[in-house]
Amino acid sequence: MNTIDYREEIPVVEGNPPASMIDEVVSAPLDRKPSKVWYLLFTITTGMVFVGIVALFYTFYEGIGVWGNNNPVGWGFDIVNFVFWVGIGHAGTLISAILFLLRQRWRTGIARFAEAMTIFAVICAGLFPAIHTGRPWLDGYLFPYPNSHHLWVNFMSPLLWDVFAVSTYFTVSLIFWYIGLIPDFATLRDRTNKKLKKTIYSILSLGWRHSSRHWQHYEKAYMILAGFATPLVLSVHTIVSFDFAVSVIPGWHTTIFPPYFVAGAVFSGFAMVQNVLIFVRRAFNLNHIITLNHLEKMNQVMIVVGMIVGYAYGMEFFIAWYSGNQFELFTFINRALGPYAWAYWTMVSCNVLFPQLFWFRKIRRNIVLMFIIGVIVNIGMWFERFVIIVTSLSRDFLPSSWGMYTPTIYDFAILIFSFGLFFSLILLFVRGLPVVSISEVKAVIKGAQPAHSGGHK
Amino acid sequence: MNRKVHSITGLFNTPNEILNAVEEIRKAGYTMFDVNTPYPVHGIERAMKLKPSKLGYVTFFVGVSGALFAFLFMTWVSVNNYPLIIGGKPFFTWPAFIPITFEVTVLSASIATVLTMLFVMFRFPNISNPLHDTNYMKQVSSDKFGIMISSLDPKFDENSASELLLKLGAKNIELVYYPDDIKIKVFEPKFIIFLLLVAVLTSGTTYFLLNKLMYMQPFSWMSEQNKVLPQTKSDFWSDGFSNRMPVPGTVSRNYIGYEFKGKPDSVIYGLSNPLPFNSKIIDIGKQRYNTFCSPCHGYFGKGDSRLRNQFPAPPTLLSEKVKKWVDGNIFHVITNGQNVMPSYAKQISVEDRWAIVHYIRVLQRAQDAKDTDLENNVK
Repeated sequence: MNTIDYREEIPVVEGNPPASMIDEVVSAPLDRKPSKVWYLLFTITTGMVFVGIVALFYTFYEGIGVWGNNNPVGWGFDIVNFVFWVGIGHAGTLISAILFLLRQRWRTGIARFAEAMTIFAVICAGLFPAIHTGRPWLDGYLFPYPNSHHLWVNFMSPLLWDVFAVSTYFTVSLIFWYIGLIPDFATLRDRTNKKLKKTIYSILSLGWRHSSRHWQHYEKAYMILAGFATPLVLSVHTIVSFDFAVSVIPGWHTTIFPPYFVAGAVFSGFAMVQNVLIFVRRAFNLNHIITLNHLEKMNQVMIVVGMIVGYAYGMEFFIAWYSGNQFELFTFINRALGPYAWAYWTMVSCNVLFPQLFWFRKIRRNIVLMFIIGVIVNIGMWFERFVIIVTSLSRDFLPSSWGMYTPTIYDFAILIFSFGLFFSLILLFVRGLPVVSISEVKAVIKGAQPAHSGGHK
Repeated sequence: MNRKVHSITGLFNTPNEILNAVEEIRKAGYTMFDVNTPYPVHGIERAMKLKPSKLGYVTFFVGVSGALFAFLFMTWVSVNNYPLIIGGKPFFTWPAFIPITFEVTVLSASIATVLTMLFVMFRFPNISNPLHDTNYMKQVSSDKFGIMISSLDPKFDENSASELLLKLGAKNIELVYYPDDIKIKVFEPKFIIFLLLVAVLTSGTTYFLLNKLMYMQPFSWMSEQNKVLPQTKSDFWSDGFSNRMPVPGTVSRNYIGYEFKGKPDSVIYGLSNPLPFNSKIIDIGKQRYNTFCSPCHGYFGKGDSRLRNQFPAPPTLLSEKVKKWVDGNIFHVITNGQNVMPSYAKQISVEDRWAIVHYIRVLQRAQDAKDTDLENNVK
């Protein structure tokens, strides 16, 4: 095994292919017919979606009483899944916006894909509060609009902040993604000879001409959007954590929640990006653009945020004892030793213990092992949300109103539905759009920039 | 055919070449030229002497407006238009407005930045630029660096421009022409059929949504529920009624007993009108009297019932007998009923009954006006 000098900036693209090569490689999946494996996977994921749709229709017809939610556990799988999927989305914005502002050029290869994952994850996330209302066709009332009832929404409620945060996050991510796609659509438009494709790409590219007079504003806009997306991504999971922290339930009413939730979100998001990219780089011969170095960097980010999450677990326990609040202390002892202890210890071992293996370079650069650890992290992060929501609600201040939560088959079907939807969208994305930002990658390969213009090579 | 020239184009292979070429072309005095590159080349804006992008001003202006609007709007709703008491907190809880103010700022500024850039600065969508579908565009889309000198440039001349490009080492020097005018026919049968289809589909869908789907389960506003409705038959109870009667002797909330119930007038004592005699009370009394009493006793207490010939005629309230009654007697008759008149205790509250008594006194006085009243008023 050759040694790696971590002080050197890693090359963004291995082997320095010519710019036209990048067109070829990235647009190749769009030009050929899908493989049998793709059809097989797509059948599986749409089958998962179908299972969920049946469960959803039954839920809407009968009401959400068919779920395991009860009194006192009014938030069950629906909100667990919501928080989980919003978290998955965060890695995409982090890669595309925060690493962009920090001039981390290695991000270019994976930014497009991560952004797409953000959008699909937020679609899955937004679905859950919508169906949680039981009658999603009335969800328009969540937004403030002048109406004949002379009613307004409650602007002091964290649940309303959530409506604004998630919808803003989705809209801005979509705009950011689309702006990045415009030059690529133009490149694809000029490559293809088929009339239908040309029409579609012409419309989507809006008539982009690669003009330098446009590039100048474009780069400014990209910078502004990245600047906005950075505080936005931090605000979204902060506001999600307010859903809990603003209430008075023991185990929820803590000030550590916003940073703890954001770190957890980045943690699970990176694990998901890493998992999916491992398949994509294999399937579409992108090994030299999405390199092993990229995957290793992601694993390094995971170990950092994983330890922040581990610190938060410890600190929650410490403050529960240090505060002298007996309800708070009970809640945490109940988490570790109570009826949901199995979920708690699954969470701790998956999120704190297994990522420690990434201290070893061999494991960090081993595709199979890092994939397994990524899956474990996501299982752990799902259980984290389950532990936070269910254990706190099931045993609060009044022992006479305690109750256990048991999910039903419909809860599981809708969970399966969200995974099916997410992977279906990913499969459509890798077939329909360039998975790597063509123009951005071209701009960072060696020799792409003039030799005498400042610090860039 | 003499086609109008749009521009002359030339291609270069490396970013260094293009940068040098741009400098030279600018020095030659051209102003209306453009550089097309597959990705933003650093330093090109300096070589072209472009002014810095003003996009940031749009972002700033819209962002600040969005923030102000969101904050002031929430303040107006929470303080003026729809104040809600939540946990005893003040209506103007400005810290609670911060998250939404932030989100609205980001949303409005991002959308405004992108829309301004695409639709105002770039004048997109525009897929009819003559450069589209040329070999030039196909090359700069991939890996070449191109320069385009517009024919609208005051210095433009086909030969000299082409010579300059050739001197700078450009390849594939080509002229781009404006396309021939295309006439778009509005009354194309295909287009008309398309419009008709759209009309039928939208109206049909709207009709179905609003007139059919809204009345189907589960969209029917929870109108079908597993519950027993009043006045319906029930198989569950042996008596077949769905309503359940209260246990005998049940007393309703706020019930106050009436000690003279069923007793004659003569035993009434100690019941005096607790209400003050003023215009506000009299107005209440008049309203209640007109609702409950006037159908039989008439609007002026004359006993001229609107239900004449259907019920026994009620007595006048202006008689000497009623005038001599103490207030308690009238209250007793309303509360207890008399002869064919039923008790109004369940329909008129205690206060309202006393208000009616005041109003009856007013009627008695008003219907018995004397000449001296006029003299008193004249004074």
